[in-house]
Amino acid sequence: MKKKIVAMLLAGGQGSRLGILTSHMAKPAVPFGGKYRIIDFPLSNCVNSDIDTVGVLTQYRPLALNAYLGTGQHWDLDRNAGGVFVLPPYMTEKDGRWYSGTANAIWQNREFIDQYEAEYVLILSGDHIYKMDYHKMLKFHIENNAAATIAVFRVPLSEAHRFGIMNADEHNNITSFEEKPKNPKSGNASMGIYIFNWKLLRKYMQEDDLDPNSENDFGKNIIPNMLNAGERMMAYPFDGYWKDVGTITSLWEANMDMLGNPPVLDLNDPNWKIYTHNLALPPHYIDKTAKVSDSLITEGSVVRGEVVHSVLFAGTHEDANSSISDSVVFPNTFVGKNCKITKAIIGENAVIGDNCIVGGPLREGETVDNRLTDDITLIGNDVTIPAGTYIPLGAVVNAETLHLYTKEA
Amino acid sequence: MIQDTFALIYTGDSNPLLRELTLSRSVAAVPFGGRYRCIDFMLSNLVNSGVDNIGMIMQKNYHSLMDHIGSGKEWDLNRKHDGLFILPPFMTKDNAGVFRGDIEAIHSVLTYVRRSSQKYVLFTGSHTIFNTTFDDMFKQHVDTGADITIMYNNDPVFSAEDQNRDLRLIMREDGRVMEMEWNPYRPRTNARSCDVMIMDKKLLEYLIEEAYARGDSDLTRDILQRLCGTLKFYGWRYDGYVARLDSINTYYKHSMEMLNVTYARDLYNHEHPIFTKVKDELPAKYGPKANVTNSMLADGCIIEGSVSDSILFRGVTIAEDAKITNSILLQGVSVGAGAVLDHVILDKDVTIRPGRSLIGYDNFPIVLKKGQTV
Repeated sequence: MKKKIVAMLLAGGQGSRLGILTSHMAKPAVPFGGKYRIIDFPLSNCVNSDIDTVGVLTQYRPLALNAYLGTGQHWDLDRNAGGVFVLPPYMTEKDGRWYSGTANAIWQNREFIDQYEAEYVLILSGDHIYKMDYHKMLKFHIENNAAATIAVFRVPLSEAHRFGIMNADEHNNITSFEEKPKNPKSGNASMGIYIFNWKLLRKYMQEDDLDPNSENDFGKNIIPNMLNAGERMMAYPFDGYWKDVGTITSLWEANMDMLGNPPVLDLNDPNWKIYTHNLALPPHYIDKTAKVSDSLITEGSVVRGEVVHSVLFAGTHEDANSSISDSVVFPNTFVGKNCKITKAIIGENAVIGDNCIVGGPLREGETVDNRLTDDITLIGNDVTIPAGTYIPLGAVVNAETLHLYTKEA
Repeated sequence: MIQDTFALIYTGDSNPLLRELTLSRSVAAVPFGGRYRCIDFMLSNLVNSGVDNIGMIMQKNYHSLMDHIGSGKEWDLNRKHDGLFILPPFMTKDNAGVFRGDIEAIHSVLTYVRRSSQKYVLFTGSHTIFNTTFDDMFKQHVDTGADITIMYNNDPVFSAEDQNRDLRLIMREDGRVMEMEWNPYRPRTNARSCDVMIMDKKLLEYLIEEAYARGDSDLTRDILQRLCGTLKFYGWRYDGYVARLDSINTYYKHSMEMLNVTYARDLYNHEHPIFTKVKDELPAKYGPKANVTNSMLADGCIIEGSVSDSILFRGVTIAEDAKITNSILLQGVSVGAGAVLDHVILDKDVTIRPGRSLIGYDNFPIVLKKGQTV
C-alpha cells in the first residue's frame, strides 16, 4: 500500500555515555519519566502526527527493545497496512554487514521504504525527549519545495560547540553545516530529525555507498554532499521542549524537568498523549508514615518513607524511615528501612538493603570514578546492595564494582 | 488451568441499593479499587484460570460496560478462535428484548451456548469481587461428580438493610448442599454463594429450556432452590478475600478495606494480575505542598492539597489547601482550592468548586452522581 511518508527510527546506538544503564539494552529502551521509555516519545509523536508506518533500526542488544515494541499495540501501531517494524542488519546471498553508519542503516533497508512507494522519509533518532508534530514539519517541507528539511533547536552560542550546527539565512535556507564547531556562527542545533524526498535521498545514498572513504553518516556525509551539490535544504525551527538524553546528567535533568509547577516538560496534554506499555498494576499506596512532595509516583508502588523531588517508576517499594530525594528510581526497585538516597538513578529490580546511604558526601581520602556521572550516583539494574552500605556521590555500582563499597567482613 | 470449560457472565443485575453509582451503568461497570471496574476481577479470574471462551450477557445500561470491555484486548480475549462474545439483548419473535430475569437472558443466548465446543460451563454474576483461579473448584466438581458446584465463602457480617441477592447454602459435612435460603430474614448459616457455579453445559441447556417453558424467570429461586433436593449440588469454599457490592454501604466499606495491606495483597495478588482498560495517563504528580497519608492513588492524579484515608481513581485533581478525608473520588473528579470533603463518594467527573465542603458519615456517605458540580 502506498504511503506518503514513512518514518525510520535510528535505535541502533549503544549509548556508551549512559554507562551501565545500557549494558543490557539499547538506549531507546532506557526508562524515562516514571512510566515511559525513551522510544515512546518518537513513536507517540509519529502516531499523533498521523504517521502510521515506522521502521525501527536496531543492532545493539535488541532483546529488550524488541520485546517492548511487540506488535506496536501500545502505540496503536498494530495496523493492517503499515505499523511498526523492527529492522535489524541482515545477510544476503553474497555478504552481510552491520550498519556502518546512520545513512547505511537506511540504505540497507531501502526496500522497506520502496515497498510503500513513499514520497518522503522522516529520519528520527531514539534518544531525544520532546513532543513534536512531524506533520507540520512535512507541510513546511512541501511548501518550501525542499530537497531536505532539518529540524533545528536554538541553543545558546556558548553551548553550540556540542551540537551539529545548521547555519541558515533569514528564509531558513541552510547555507552551511558544521559538526561540533569550535567557533560556531549560530545556535541552530540540528535535532537529528530530517525529512528527505525519498527518490533524491536514495540517489545520494547510492553514491555514498560506493564511496570507500565515507562513514555513511547523515551528518558527516549525506547532508554536506547535498549542500555541496546545491540542493534546497531548509532549517525547520522548533521551539518546544527538546532534550538529548544521551548522558547520565541530561537523563537525570530531563526527569527532573517533569517536576515543579508548571513543569518545564509538561506531558499532561490530552491532545498529545505519550503512549507507553502500561502495566496492569493496582494504584500506588501511600502509607500513614509517608511524606511525598514535588514528585511523580507510578502505579504499583508502595511508599512508607519520605519522597522529595523525585520520580518513582511502577512497582517501587520504599520502606519506613527512608528518604529519597532528587532521584530517579526505575521499575520494581526495593528500598529498605532507614535509607537515605540523594541525587541518584537507581536501576530496574535493584534492591537497597536497610540502613544504606546512597549519594552521601565523599569520605576522607575516598575517590570515585565519576567520569560519566559527575555528582549523580548510579545503581545498576538487578544490583542488590547489602544492608548498611555507604555509596558516595558519583559512584557507579554494578555487580563488578559493588565490592568496592561493601564493608570488609 | 482448567480444561474444556467456557464461561457465561450475566451482567444484568441491577441494584438500587448502589444508588447514584448505578444510575448510568450496570453493577458490572461500577468502578472499584482505584482503577478497576467490578467486571475486571471476574474477567481476569477467568483468563487467569485458562478460560478463553467467554460470553457476556448484557442487559440494561450496558453502554458504559461495552466502552470498557471493547474487543477484550486488555484481557487477551481478542482471539480468532473463541475469545470474548458480547451478547446484548435483541428482539425476536420469542422475546421483546428485555429480560425478566436471568432465565430469559440465558434462554436468549442458548445459540451461543450450543455453539460453544466446551463440555462445562462456568456461570457467574457480576457483583462479587475476589481474586482466584477456578482450578480447585473445577477439580472438586469432577471429583465429587456433582451436578452443580457453587462457590461460597463464610461471610460473618449480616445486615438486613444491605441485603441483595443473598443465597445461603446449608450443607452436609462433605459439602453437599441440602437446602438453600434466598434473601433470608434470619440466615441460618454464614455460607454465602459467591455467584459462581460450574455445571455440564447440557444440564444448563436442559434446565433453562424447562424453566423457560414453565414461564420461570429467576435461576436461583426457580431452578436452584427448587431442585436442591433432587440434583447433586456441592459447595466449594473459598477462603480468600471477597467483596460484594450489595449496597452503597458495603461498597464504601470494601473500598476502604483496600487501604488494609492484608486485603489489598489478597485482591491484587501479583501471581494473578487484574487486567483492565489502560488510559496512558501520566504518573501521579505531587506538588510541593501535597500531604498524603494512608491513601491509594491511580495514575494521572495531580495533588496539591491534602488527602488521607481515601481512594483516588485516575486523573483526579486536588487543588491547594483542599482537604480530603475518608472519601472515594472516581475518575476525573476535580476538587477546588480550600474545599473540604469527608466521607463522600464522588462519581466520575464531579467538580467541587473552591471552598465548598461536604461532610458525610461513616454509615451514610454522601454520594454525588456523575458529572455534578457543587
